[in-house]
Amino acid sequence: MYSFDIQRPTSVADAVSALGAEEAQALGGGQTLIPTLKQRLASPSVLVSLGAIAEIKGVCTGDDGALCIGGGTTHATVAKEASAYPALAALAGNIGDPAVRNRGTIGGSLANNDPSACYPAAALASGATIVTNSRSIAADDYFQGMFATALEEGEIITEVRFPVPEKAAYMKFEQPASRFALVGVFVAKYADGVRVAVTGASEDGVFRWTDAEAALSSNFSADAVPAAPSGDGMISDLHGSGAYRAHLVAVMTKRAVAAAS
Amino acid sequence: MPKDHGIGASHKRREDVRFLTGAGNYTDDINVHGQAYVHFLRSDMAHGKINSIDTSEAEGMPGVVRIFTGADFEGVGGLPCGWQVTDKNGDPMKEPAHPVLAQGKVRHVGDPIAAVVADSLEQARTAAEAIVVDIEELPAVVDMAKALEAGATKVHDDLDDNLCYDWQFGTDTETTDAAFKNAAHVTTLELVNNRLVANPMEPRVAVGDYSRANDEHTLYTTSQNPHVIRLLMGAFVLGIPEHKLRVVAPDVGGGFGTKIFHYAEEAFCTFAAKACNRPVKWTSTRSEAFMSDAHGRDHVTKIELALDADNNFVGVRTDTLANMGAYLSTFSSSVPTWLHGTLMAGNYKTPAVQVNVKAVFTNTVPVDAYRGAGRPEATFQLERVIDKAARELGVDPIALRRQNFITQFPYATPVAVEYDTGDYEATMAKMEELMDIPGFAARRAESEKNGKLRGLGVNCFIEACGIAPSNLVGQLGARAGLYDAATVRVNATGSISVMVGAHSHGQGHETVFPQVVAEMLGIDESMVDIVHGDTSKIPFGMGTYGSRSLAVCGSAMVRATEKIINKAKKIAGHLLEASDSDIELKDGQFTVAGTDKSVAWGDVTLAAYVPHNYPLEDIEPGLEETAFYDPANFTYPAGAYACEVEVDPDTGKVTIEKFVSADDFGNVVNPMIVEGQVHGGIAQGIGQALLENCAYDENGQLLSASYMDYAMPRADDIPHMSNYVVDHSCQTPCTHNPLGVKGCGEAGAIGSPPTVVNAVIDALHSGGHTHVNHIDMPVSPSRVWAAINGQ
Ligand SMILES: Cc1cc2nc3c(=O)[nH]c(=O)nc-3n(C[C@H](O)[C@H](O)[C@H](O)COP(=O)(O)OP(=O)(O)OC[C@H]3O[C@@H](n4cnc5c(N)ncnc54)[C@H](O)[C@@H]3O)c2cc1C
Repeated sequence: MYSFDIQRPTSVADAVSALGAEEAQALGGGQTLIPTLKQRLASPSVLVSLGAIAEIKGVCTGDDGALCIGGGTTHATVAKEASAYPALAALAGNIGDPAVRNRGTIGGSLANNDPSACYPAAALASGATIVTNSRSIAADDYFQGMFATALEEGEIITEVRFPVPEKAAYMKFEQPASRFALVGVFVAKYADGVRVAVTGASEDGVFRWTDAEAALSSNFSADAVPAAPSGDGMISDLHGSGAYRAHLVAVMTKRAVAAAS
Repeated sequence: MPKDHGIGASHKRREDVRFLTGAGNYTDDINVHGQAYVHFLRSDMAHGKINSIDTSEAEGMPGVVRIFTGADFEGVGGLPCGWQVTDKNGDPMKEPAHPVLAQGKVRHVGDPIAAVVADSLEQARTAAEAIVVDIEELPAVVDMAKALEAGATKVHDDLDDNLCYDWQFGTDTETTDAAFKNAAHVTTLELVNNRLVANPMEPRVAVGDYSRANDEHTLYTTSQNPHVIRLLMGAFVLGIPEHKLRVVAPDVGGGFGTKIFHYAEEAFCTFAAKACNRPVKWTSTRSEAFMSDAHGRDHVTKIELALDADNNFVGVRTDTLANMGAYLSTFSSSVPTWLHGTLMAGNYKTPAVQVNVKAVFTNTVPVDAYRGAGRPEATFQLERVIDKAARELGVDPIALRRQNFITQFPYATPVAVEYDTGDYEATMAKMEELMDIPGFAARRAESEKNGKLRGLGVNCFIEACGIAPSNLVGQLGARAGLYDAATVRVNATGSISVMVGAHSHGQGHETVFPQVVAEMLGIDESMVDIVHGDTSKIPFGMGTYGSRSLAVCGSAMVRATEKIINKAKKIAGHLLEASDSDIELKDGQFTVAGTDKSVAWGDVTLAAYVPHNYPLEDIEPGLEETAFYDPANFTYPAGAYACEVEVDPDTGKVTIEKFVSADDFGNVVNPMIVEGQVHGGIAQGIGQALLENCAYDENGQLLSASYMDYAMPRADDIPHMSNYVVDHSCQTPCTHNPLGVKGCGEAGAIGSPPTVVNAVIDALHSGGHTHVNHIDMPVSPSRVWAAINGQ
């Protein structure tokens, strides 16, 4: 690790101004950033910890019925308190291990947008709104490819608003080593249609499987899930070919539909 | 009634109290006053020519004590290989130089190029970033078959090619060919034994210390065998005589073979401590461990099994390429030869067995012994090809094995070893009983209802443990003896310290060894402590690997204790005014036979050290004896394993539903510890079979360089304890060591991989995927899916 300064502001406003410094970086739960620092792959001059900002922590229900999760809320808290959205709570409860869940945050996960992470699938399938210190971004506009998002430099995720679906489920097929998603599929059924988001599979990061959405919107049953998408553009690595991942997209979608509650 | 003390008692491990409460003393816990830290600058290229290394800027950076490169080690020996293999033409194997720091070339990702010693580790790392290295990248050789092609890039320019040796062993070619020619059926299988990283929980650590006052070196290191390190490093690398070199391996957090070997970092820290006149410490990061700990396995094999018309095995022939990596690690050459070829007969009376092995240099991390070492590779091939043969012939795999079992002992195999004893039928029958084979059909039907394919896999294995008779291994090329030693020091008040050459790094010696001594003397176990892991305290022993601790060092301990008893009886005879031949020792009391005259253990030990009333004219005072024990033969643990898997045909995921092992370890001193060893061994075998895969790309980049990509087995990969039965009730005691013990440390890792793969193939066949005859390990979901779908 290179040396750096650390700041612990207690308000979003102070955090935003601290992040204005040259080579400043936000620190959420540190579950991604700290290993990166230890390997000397990043060298921020200032780390701005968001851990002391009470206003971006916690789970509540908004006026419009959406489930609102503060950007600094840990996976463990979501697992425990997002009972209004059971599929989301279950997803959070199955990220990493207890240590990761007790530190890692939803804001950190969405800001990082790891192509194998779980939360991006939930946010995209739910049509969530990512709220930052300066604006609200629709999930459809937010995810911009592997590790790429609509966030500007120094922008902080303060809240994520999830419209609560009638039925939903997340099916994660674990990569055997990391236990991130080799393929994860989040299916959410709303009054006006079904959304299906896939993580782990594509070289472009999380994506919506629109063929499945169309089919499931007219018939929400596992049998309606279309044949597997093409393996072109799917991640191919030690743990599986693109064709295998494409196949799993269909399998996990079926299982998610069957499990949706 | 199970025993509650001595031999046979399932005592909890006394050492666990300190391990579980954070009171252990691991090498990284050792900090020597004034120590500096070393960071190794390692190659990120698999193969390259070093044009220049410029350390000038780095030398001026804060905290830097000194920077070393290969040039500092010219005139210093290279890391030696401890086993000379002679190839089939009678030529010695190729032994390229293995410098402490790279000289001229880098040969694998992780090869150390320079070492920065600084006041702090972070300063050393920062300075290392300022070293300017000019390395010209060369094409890398990774694939063994390609490495042997004419004109392939050479890993070592001074050798003719990348072949270390071409070894042939067992039955001669003419006889073997005849067996195959006359066979009614031949089954052939090509397979890979996957490369593994040992991954002990504690990464390697070395602390070098040098005392100018008396020219003495001390190395604290994570080793399974401190005397072996002292010998190799002192005599071959640094030229330090034994009496000036102390090697301490304190609590060691797992070894699995990879901490047997002498490593560059140990030699470096010892050397640098004198050169810098400061203690020098190195603690491996997990990332460094992946690219600098010796890897395991990595064989590519073609095996053929010949059967006659009655399904009797008549011949086995193998052709193996064994990866040595870029350099010869300490015992690397012996693994694919003597630890592998000698086991190719397995549990079967096959008359002709021929083993062919080509050892190959590649631009990868050196490969050496890993739990089982050679024996898992032998078992895997043989038991996979037998399973395939049974399927081809349409016979029951259990019956086919049974029919070919060796039943008469001793049995001399065609591959140079003589099994002293065994009862393969007994372990097979035990396995069948515990597995409830008749109930399998119903369990399979239940799985099918849930859309899963269920398979049953069985496997038999034999291993050669208790390594090893020195004269035999000497003939085979070992450059060391493989005896062990123990000193039993009885103190004045009767308590005992036993100094042993074996080293405990998870095995539980501190619990088990006192059980033996206490039983022999009839005293309380709490009076006996074990001392190990420090060359300044223990007699010259060879350490722990090859399931040898109890069979070899334990035997030395028994012999030394017998000497103690003999002497104590003389003292007791004197005190009781009787002939020592009339003295009996029972429950810690010396009694004149047939009388009620007795003295207690403590009276005798006190007399030995306060010899006021003592036969000084006949015997010396004191009560301390040493014995060295050289085994007459290997020991041959054997067993029958079975498992049931469920395969999810939609995803390819395999889950192990039930696992049963029936082992014959001979006599057992602490059943609970034995069971723990087998549980752990099977878990590692399941890791190899389903999860672990050390993979390189074609440029020699390590793809599985962290736990993000290298899959270790976790608790939920192992069947629940209620379906995970390890049995050792079949016992044919070893005929040639005093305890009748065989060794249990490696069995699980040897017996389980083929069991799992056999079960997966069985499951796939039951689902109609009859074109799948083999899947290479790890049998990962993607590989199973690809096999099912012919991809
Ligand atoms: C062993 C292990 C297993 C894991 N398994 C999984 C898994 O199965 N599924 C999964 O989805 N994830 C997994 N993770 C990742 C985990 O969920 C991380 O917590 C998450 O990816 C990052 O969150 P964090 O709060 O720790 O962020 P940090 O590591 O602190 O930060 C990550 C990045 O986000 C930025 N950032 C942090 N908070 C904010 C914010 N509020 N606004 C804007 N930017 C911010 C930081 O500047 C940094 O660039 C695992 C991690 C580990 C270590």
